[in-house]
Amino acid sequence: MANDQIQYVTAPKVDDNRKKYCRFKKNGIKYIDYKDANFLLKFINDQGKVLPRRLTGTSLKFQRKVAQAVKRARHIGLLPYVTDSLK
Amino acid sequence: MQQYDTVIVLTPLLSDETAKEAIAKYSKILTDNGAEIVQEDNWGLKKLAYPIQKKTTGYYHLIEYKAPGDLINKLEIEFRRDERVLRFLTIALDKHATAYNDKKRSGAFNQKKTVKAEEAAK
Repeated sequence: MANDQIQYVTAPKVDDNRKKYCRFKKNGIKYIDYKDANFLLKFINDQGKVLPRRLTGTSLKFQRKVAQAVKRARHIGLLPYVTDSLK
Repeated sequence: MQQYDTVIVLTPLLSDETAKEAIAKYSKILTDNGAEIVQEDNWGLKKLAYPIQKKTTGYYHLIEYKAPGDLINKLEIEFRRDERVLRFLTIALDKHATAYNDKKRSGAFNQKKTVKAEEAAK
């Protein structure tokens, strides 16, 4: 194969080493409002599922609060249970 | 007396005053039984994220109140009995929640929260 272009088998990880932090602890947010739908949009992916902690970096205590807020918002129809193109 | 907040989603088929009258009925139930309404917030017609009972929009109303614990069950029985109410959700508020709501009411929150959210998002 003449081409000397390097083909990576897996995508090169570029900046995954920046320190993730829990935005709630850092900014001193104590309560996550389940009625504030566009704030909760940051914590769900485009299928409407709650993002895992390893991606958002939130601490366990606040991840549970986020998950509960999302479930409450879904119940009263502010957030969808499942969708294909949310954002 | 514990503080609660209730969100009611009414069917959009109501005309405006019948919706208001339905809500007034519930706030009357609250005040009659010794509850003290802290705040009422009317979001009006909003688009639902998914159809509820074949309807795609709902008339949202939020009531924040202090009430004795046993009143909640009575209130929810009324909600279940009334077919105009599509959905309801009652939450007991802890001290962080009440602090958040007071700050939100005092308006000091809007710029700071969004600024904090953006800065946190950065």
